[in-house]
Amino acid sequence: MTHAAANGLTGADGAAAGSPGADAVPVAPAAPAAADSVSADRVNLSALLADSHVNEVLDELDTELIGLKPVKARIRDIAALLLVERARKQLGLVGGSPSLHMSFTGNPGTGKTTVALRMAQILHRLGYVRKGHLVAVTRDDLVGQYIGHTAPKTKEILKKAMGGVLFIDEAYYLYRPENERDYGQEAIEILLQVMENQRDDLVVIVAGYKDRMDTFFRSNPGLSSRIAHHLDFPDYAPEELEEIAQRMVHGMQYRLSPSGVAALQEYIPLRMQQPHFANARSIRNALDRARLRQANRLFAQQGRSLTRDELMTLEGEDLRLSRMFA
Amino acid sequence: MRITQGTFSFLPELTDTEIRAQVDYALEQGWAIGVEYTDDPHPRNFYWDMWGNPMFDLRDAAGAMTEVTACRKAHPQTYIRVNAFDSTRGFETTRLSFIVNRPTNEPGFLLRRNEVGGRAIQYTIESYATNNKPEGSRY
Repeated sequence: MTHAAANGLTGADGAAAGSPGADAVPVAPAAPAAADSVSADRVNLSALLADSHVNEVLDELDTELIGLKPVKARIRDIAALLLVERARKQLGLVGGSPSLHMSFTGNPGTGKTTVALRMAQILHRLGYVRKGHLVAVTRDDLVGQYIGHTAPKTKEILKKAMGGVLFIDEAYYLYRPENERDYGQEAIEILLQVMENQRDDLVVIVAGYKDRMDTFFRSNPGLSSRIAHHLDFPDYAPEELEEIAQRMVHGMQYRLSPSGVAALQEYIPLRMQQPHFANARSIRNALDRARLRQANRLFAQQGRSLTRDELMTLEGEDLRLSRMFA
Repeated sequence: MRITQGTFSFLPELTDTEIRAQVDYALEQGWAIGVEYTDDPHPRNFYWDMWGNPMFDLRDAAGAMTEVTACRKAHPQTYIRVNAFDSTRGFETTRLSFIVNRPTNEPGFLLRRNEVGGRAIQYTIESYATNNKPEGSRY
């Protein structure tokens, strides 16, 4: 590996770069080519990969998040791109850092925020962002209440997010066509400027429901064209939701009895037909209500001591009392 | 006469990379960054003008650097310093402060000797740059 490997964005050793490997650089003759002449025209991708520990995050993503196949595939693509970009940099090939602003679209509860958090980690491991923190904001945090209030507010948030990822949830609220004096437009303009000029400093992820994001992008072509990656989060299938429910139950240190599992399998399709179905979030709420009913059931049996097992188990009746089964 | 105030003032001017490294260090310590400017170089002038609000909750020096750059652009011929404020109970004070911009020409100070009662002399210094001129028209 060359010694400029760490995360040298500026090749300080450019003066000493008269190495034979420099013929691989078509554009800038004085580009900081690798000073180490032994590996000047060769780079080992798998060593870079092991070095970045990005595989651990990707594997975690695979095991901890259920479903979301297209999203995971896209994230792997992005990771590969950044890794190759890093290898190119080591050989002195400068192509300008790729634009990594993203848009996450999908129905409620499909894991947009969770993936954004992981994305920040991945980008940090690959050395694309320096700190790897996620700043999650909505319209309220960016748009002010009176003239002259918006710009400082937006800039403040942008400064906080620098070195990491800015996640704008429900981004379409930024643009309100029905009110032409709305300050949202001002926030968008500042955002665009920073997205374009300070690409090295932060990555912006906008998220929201598919249809409303589409209209949002149509009315803000500048924003749409600056976002290179549009990731669509699919809805979960019933089996995936069941698996998610099992994970959640496990995470809360509960378990489902066989009758509980059967009730859950019946519950999920019923819930999916309800108007405001929010995928994993609905499942979480259902489980929270089941916990409530379990507590009630145990409380009704006062006068005897409860075993650890009883305290942990969610029975079928806890779920079947839901209004879905009414 | 080159003004020496704050940390690093006897070193050559810090480059932007060095300033960034110092700010990153301050942020690692959990200090808040503030940018201030003045055109009154008197050493007893503690109250410089603030450039925007102090920046709490920054994670990366890039945010502070944009403010330094903006301040330099707006006030190229003034002194600009970066302060790092420690809010820990017991400190509650500036822990690090260094100059990041200065006017091209620094004329220095006049030493006034004021003869008072008997043979006593009161000494005072006054910047040639201020020279009875109001704020904003000094350098």
